[in-house]
Amino acid sequence: MIDTVLHVVVLLLLPPLLLGVITKIKAWFAGRVGAPVLQPYYDLAKLMRRGLVLSTTTTWMFRAGPIVTLATVLLAGLLIPIGAADAPVAFAGDLILFAYLFGLARFFTTSAALDTGSAFEGMGSAREVTFACLSEPALFFALMVLAKISGSISLTSMLHAPASTLSAGVAAPLVLIGIGLFIVLLAETCRIPVDDPTTHLELTMIHEAMVLDHSGPLFSVILYASAVKLFVLGTVLLHVIVPFEFGRAWLDWPLYVVEILGLAAVIGVVESIMARLQMRHVPYLLVGAMLFCGFGFILLIR
Amino acid sequence: MNVLTFLLAAIALLGLSGLPACLLSPRSSTGQHIATGMMAAGSLLGLACLAAVLAGHAAPALSWSWRIPQSLFAVGVDPVSILFLFPVFIVPLLGSVYGLSYWKQAEHPANGQRVGLFYGVLAGGMALVVIARDGVLFLIAWELMAIAAYFAATAEDDKPEVRRAGWIYLIATHIGTLCLLALFAYWRYVTGSFFLESGRVIPVEEASVMFVLALVGFGFKAGLMPLHVWLPGAHANAPSHVSAVMSGVMLKMGVYGIVRTTALLTSGAAWWGPAVLAVGAFTSVAGIAFAIGQRDLKRLLAYSSIENVGIIAMGLGLALIGRFQGCAAWVLLGLGGALLHVWNHSLFKSLLFFNAGAIIHAAGTREIDRMGGLAKRLPVVMALFAVGAVAICALPPLNGFASEWLIYVGLFRTLGGGAETGTPAAALAAVALAMTGALAVACFVKVLGAVFLGAPRSEAAEHAHAPAATMVAPMAVLACGCAGIGFFPLLTMPLLESAARMWTGHAELGAIAGLVPVRQLTVAGFALAAFVGAVALILKMALRQQTVRTGLTWDCGYARPTGRMEYTGSSFGDSLVNLTTFLLRPKKFRTSLRGLFPRPSGFKSLVPDTVLDRLVTPVFKAVGQALPRLRVLQQGQTHVYVLYILIIMIVLLVWGSMGS
Repeated sequence: MIDTVLHVVVLLLLPPLLLGVITKIKAWFAGRVGAPVLQPYYDLAKLMRRGLVLSTTTTWMFRAGPIVTLATVLLAGLLIPIGAADAPVAFAGDLILFAYLFGLARFFTTSAALDTGSAFEGMGSAREVTFACLSEPALFFALMVLAKISGSISLTSMLHAPASTLSAGVAAPLVLIGIGLFIVLLAETCRIPVDDPTTHLELTMIHEAMVLDHSGPLFSVILYASAVKLFVLGTVLLHVIVPFEFGRAWLDWPLYVVEILGLAAVIGVVESIMARLQMRHVPYLLVGAMLFCGFGFILLIR
Repeated sequence: MNVLTFLLAAIALLGLSGLPACLLSPRSSTGQHIATGMMAAGSLLGLACLAAVLAGHAAPALSWSWRIPQSLFAVGVDPVSILFLFPVFIVPLLGSVYGLSYWKQAEHPANGQRVGLFYGVLAGGMALVVIARDGVLFLIAWELMAIAAYFAATAEDDKPEVRRAGWIYLIATHIGTLCLLALFAYWRYVTGSFFLESGRVIPVEEASVMFVLALVGFGFKAGLMPLHVWLPGAHANAPSHVSAVMSGVMLKMGVYGIVRTTALLTSGAAWWGPAVLAVGAFTSVAGIAFAIGQRDLKRLLAYSSIENVGIIAMGLGLALIGRFQGCAAWVLLGLGGALLHVWNHSLFKSLLFFNAGAIIHAAGTREIDRMGGLAKRLPVVMALFAVGAVAICALPPLNGFASEWLIYVGLFRTLGGGAETGTPAAALAAVALAMTGALAVACFVKVLGAVFLGAPRSEAAEHAHAPAATMVAPMAVLACGCAGIGFFPLLTMPLLESAARMWTGHAELGAIAGLVPVRQLTVAGFALAAFVGAVALILKMALRQQTVRTGLTWDCGYARPTGRMEYTGSSFGDSLVNLTTFLLRPKKFRTSLRGLFPRPSGFKSLVPDTVLDRLVTPVFKAVGQALPRLRVLQQGQTHVYVLYILIIMIVLLVWGSMGS
């Protein structure tokens, strides 16, 4: 019960902090002091108090996009175990629901972008759906590796399996899918080298291009939802790359928080030391992720 | 009286529903209303019969001798038949109601009666296919269905592209029928009768021959790649309610054929399952990749049907693997998922084709790139389309997700673990399914965005008019069906399980809900709805005190964005088309700009069907050039033909006497 409450609290409150950490790390690398790590919270609160501008072209789809996206990522967040605790909702086959919830979010985000009739947003959503077609197989290869290791098709036992059954035989596949999942994470959450979350007037963008016309509370919902998405996918990745647990809840929860903030720091470092890829090279990166995960699978079942 | 007598009466009502209209004036709409009435009566009677069978009135079968030698008029209903009969009794009826305003007799005096007549025969033929238990009867019903579909689909045969599509369909369907002819002849040869009953012991070699014949013969109808060549053209050029029935129900007759044949051939070989799985995986990925490249709304939907047939085939392949290896879980999940997807696809694809009809009526074109902004003029149609699109992308909480979820879980279980042994290679199909899912989202976001959202791209789209209530009501019924199965998939499980029991011939197979928690889909669906509601409510609260202004789309500061500046459907799909050029061969026509003041120029791109353009057409052309030499045999003189018969008789006599 305590675990479930903590799960929900962490899921709701922690995600914006990750954005703050990433921004701070990037500022340090650039030799600046940077905004406080709590800045994303202030931004969200400020946006919630702002008015809203709607384009005359738009329909209900424009408003449904952010709403459905936030709802789906939060539901997906309930399906995964955070740290050593079990997920509040777990059943056999929930991994498919998890993957398809992101599909539902993508459907509504991209439709909402097309609703504005702007060419920029059309371009952004075209890229989003294109790259998803390459990252989805990578994700499923990774899920298959985890399902094979755990002998289960429920995310809770699948994601706990690396910690409980860590051995030499499964280490190599786990390393490979760890790399693949990290690339998928960068692509799905629109970070460098796939997308640059800080630029605004650049044709080569994905996520930011899709939300150009959203403002006020709707934009706040979008920012929050993308932070939650980063948090959820990051948590999945952590189970693969740092499969360690103390076995005591009062130690595991702090450990988890340290881990996820560490992951945010790593993303910040990656963003600082890499340039964004040319848009036409992004598919190669994603195919690379698919190959990592695919080879991980082959290595496991050979 | 046997339930089947009533069922046959229902089928007769469907089949003859178009007849009264033919006796009336071509400008009177009375006949069309009579047809819909007969259709409704037949369908309700049929559904009542199915309910009676489900309620446990003895497993019905009937056989009468008729004048065809060695054959009986044998019909029967078992769980697989019931599963396939439901769409036959639902979709054509809704299509008939839809047709009252979509294809008004008064507006189509030239072909309205013809569409009505063959539409009925098509529905009746399909029902007869599903209950036929005799090879000859099956073939008769099959041909009734195939020919009726031809005449219904080529209603506008004054247009050359309709005639061409019709010809391709006719040729393809008859190559398929040829295989089926061989299949049933071989069945008669091996078993000694045309009667189709399971439990016969057939050696694996003979069974494999029949399996291949069935896969090819029925594959033509179902649209398995690369046998799908007829499908896009025929669906695009048929009236939309005919397309809906063809795509939603008639393709499933091909699936039915494969399910029925594999049920008859219980002695399978090891390679059957992997073969069907591989064909299914290829069909689904390639089908949806082609769909993304299309600019014609109905061609796009037709390719998406191919994709869905591929998904169904994946489920069947998994079930075949499970049956061969004796793993009940794979059979239940694979066959259950496949058969549930048959239902689901007939619901959402008919919905989308009805929708396409309404769009085409409203915008006066099938070109996606000439539409746009229809959501403002047709809000109800847009909402129904969104339901269909979410369902067909297999997104939770609608019905497509329920069936794909079963197939996914089955594929993941082939990884092994626990008490089960595994064949991890089969699990690779899950990756293909995942890719299909992502591509489907891309495809239907493209349609939704280009057709309904944004600003209108043409004059016609700007002045689109809302459809009549008789067109909206059938769509609403189908959308409710999508939501119903999506939220309560558990209700369909008993029928799926009994179909799986019949298919394997094992009485004890267990329950699907015992393998996977199907109930959780209901919980997840309602949780999702609740979450969406909660977020919407919070947002509404936040906005209560704030001002909501409206303005132009910002578009990075453009002062006057127009519909022409929007991203079109083709540009949306372009990056994906470019990623799959190894399969798709997009053609792009662009004129190069010359000089300082270039003349007005144009750009055009299309994605033709690779198999049809690169393989089928060249082969047929070559055959057409080679075979005229045989015309020397064909003099047009009867006595020469009689001479040929004599010669062949003599040759056969000599051959026969040498054999003995």
